[in-house]
Amino acid sequence: MASTLADLQSLEEDQLQQIDEEGIREITYRQALQEALTEEMQRDDNVILMGEDIGAYGGSYVVTRGFQEDWGRDRVIDTPISELGMVGVATGAAMAGIKPVLELMTINFALLAIDQIVNHAAKISYMFGGQFNAPTVVRTAAGWGQLSATHSQTFEGWFAHIPGLRVVMPSTPLDAKGFLKSAIRGEDPVLFIEHSLIYRNRGPVPSEDYTLPLEGSEVRREGDDITLISWSRGAILALGAADELEEEHGISCEVIDMRVLRPLDTETVIESVKKTNRAVIVEESWRTMGLGAEIAARIQEEAFDWLDAPVGRVGALEVPMPYARNLERLVIPGKDEVIEAVRQALA
Amino acid sequence: MATSATSDVGLLEQMDTDQLLGFYRQMYLIRRFEERAAEQYAYGKIGGFLHLYIGEEAVAVGAIAAMTERDHLFTHYRDHGYALAIGADPNAAMAELFGKETGTTKGRGGSMHMVHPPRNFWGGYAIVGGHIPLAVGAGLALKHKGEDAVSVAIFGDGSTNAGAFHEAANMASLWKLPVVFLCENNLYGMGTAVEYASAVPQMSTKAEGHGIETEIVDGQDVLAMYDAMQRAITHCKEGNGPFFLEAMTYRFRGHSMADPESYRDRQEIDHHRERDPIPLFKEQLIEAEKASNEAFERIDAEIEEIVEQAVNFADESEFPDPTTLFDWVYYSEGEVGKGPDRG
Repeated sequence: MASTLADLQSLEEDQLQQIDEEGIREITYRQALQEALTEEMQRDDNVILMGEDIGAYGGSYVVTRGFQEDWGRDRVIDTPISELGMVGVATGAAMAGIKPVLELMTINFALLAIDQIVNHAAKISYMFGGQFNAPTVVRTAAGWGQLSATHSQTFEGWFAHIPGLRVVMPSTPLDAKGFLKSAIRGEDPVLFIEHSLIYRNRGPVPSEDYTLPLEGSEVRREGDDITLISWSRGAILALGAADELEEEHGISCEVIDMRVLRPLDTETVIESVKKTNRAVIVEESWRTMGLGAEIAARIQEEAFDWLDAPVGRVGALEVPMPYARNLERLVIPGKDEVIEAVRQALA
Repeated sequence: MATSATSDVGLLEQMDTDQLLGFYRQMYLIRRFEERAAEQYAYGKIGGFLHLYIGEEAVAVGAIAAMTERDHLFTHYRDHGYALAIGADPNAAMAELFGKETGTTKGRGGSMHMVHPPRNFWGGYAIVGGHIPLAVGAGLALKHKGEDAVSVAIFGDGSTNAGAFHEAANMASLWKLPVVFLCENNLYGMGTAVEYASAVPQMSTKAEGHGIETEIVDGQDVLAMYDAMQRAITHCKEGNGPFFLEAMTYRFRGHSMADPESYRDRQEIDHHRERDPIPLFKEQLIEAEKASNEAFERIDAEIEEIVEQAVNFADESEFPDPTTLFDWVYYSEGEVGKGPDRG
């Protein structure tokens, strides 16, 4: 799961912050994460980083490069390859009053730790009658890129199923930084899911200290004809599709970025669907039993009378991910599939 | 690997009578509390699982007596004994078994999730081995903050076959964390004898593979337990990394109330009952002229009353208010933690 050589080479140029025409600072998603971690470590000596290869190696997606040099081995701890154990250790440490931010190399490996996430971190506040908490922060990454069957999955729906967890999947540098800082300062266990293909994306991020509450979805683009609903990289894909639909087909899409997957705010979605009367949900995971199914169910429960077409869903094809580039492209939805689904909903 | 001698006569001589009788008192409280709980289970007052600790009381009492108020404790689900030994109110413990609002976790956790936060007892946990990494995490926090304290994980022989134990033990040893691994080897993982589940007969062998110092102790002897636990804690506090203590013990009752005990015979149980930690310790004290029969009779009567009161308290307490159902799904305040959150 190493970064590609090209990725590493381009890192240097990424690190330069840019100022856009309006004088707003733009940084990458990766830098946003780095800033959040640095600022929180400066703010509180009890914030430590843990994870596989986060030290000398710099992290599989290079988020923690240089951190061990700056903060030492006691605050930036390389762990053995023990996902179950390290989530448990981070949870116990959080219970005992320090604040580990644990990096799980990818969300595929979170399956090894599922007992600690679901049966321990998520349960501790409730099961013990609210007498103490386990505010673990687990950072991990979804994504794909010719990594075949076991390294290309995205399991946010599995974790968003669990009461007691907070699950966020930010798509912008602004959200990434604000959410991560909130998660670190927060009282609840948070699964913070990044995406391997958006670390280099740029976006406006204020220089001053800020946090964002871990709740609520956001309208990224206003429109009248149909509502596109997605999260993480899917939201970026939906925005691209919306641009093309507007330019080439004159279709006006409203795009909603779910951002926080548990607690799941569908109020914004319902409001939007009542306006546009149509919806398409875009997800990178399999549709069966997925998050899109839950969102579609809520739309029909709460906005049935406003719908002019069945809720559309665009998702991964129901196969383990193949390696070959052409086959992989068939499995993961792209802009064309989103455009096709929108045109069907409007047909 | 060290094996400590049973019944350290020197220790018995040094200790004062109050402390010795305190050990007896706690063991007898746990015993009678659980016997009454079993009876209440039969009456249908207690639901779900009820895992009795009867026969193993000396482990909890001896070990916890060696801990200070700064130390942390995480245990497995056979946890009534730890809760009572570390100071949880017997009324609250019994009320928890009854599923009442006045229980140790307000009727949320039940038998397997007893706690006592004032003494850093962060709970019984019900996924075998799952709490061991939590205890190691608390050890990491203690080391990070430079506190003069240890974190204690108590678990059964069955846990040492689980990955969670090995991953946690490796990290504790690698990072030299102040963690006492206390394994209660009661010879069975539920109904499967240790010889059918573990490739090695002593669980401490596995800890040695992770570079952890170990000792095997007679878990039926409360003083030997106390003594060994003190050594284990001192080892950790002196910065030598974790310690693994294996207490050899035996569960006199079934795994839970539903256990037909088809996997062991009466003879075997009777054989182990000869080393019941409570009469064993009582005889030891009488022989050493530390206490008289009358002293024990007084304690027994007192315990009887405490346990009777606990049953009455539990019975009379209210069930949790249904409007509090969603409280504490999230620890943080805010609407999302309250009311019928749609998730």
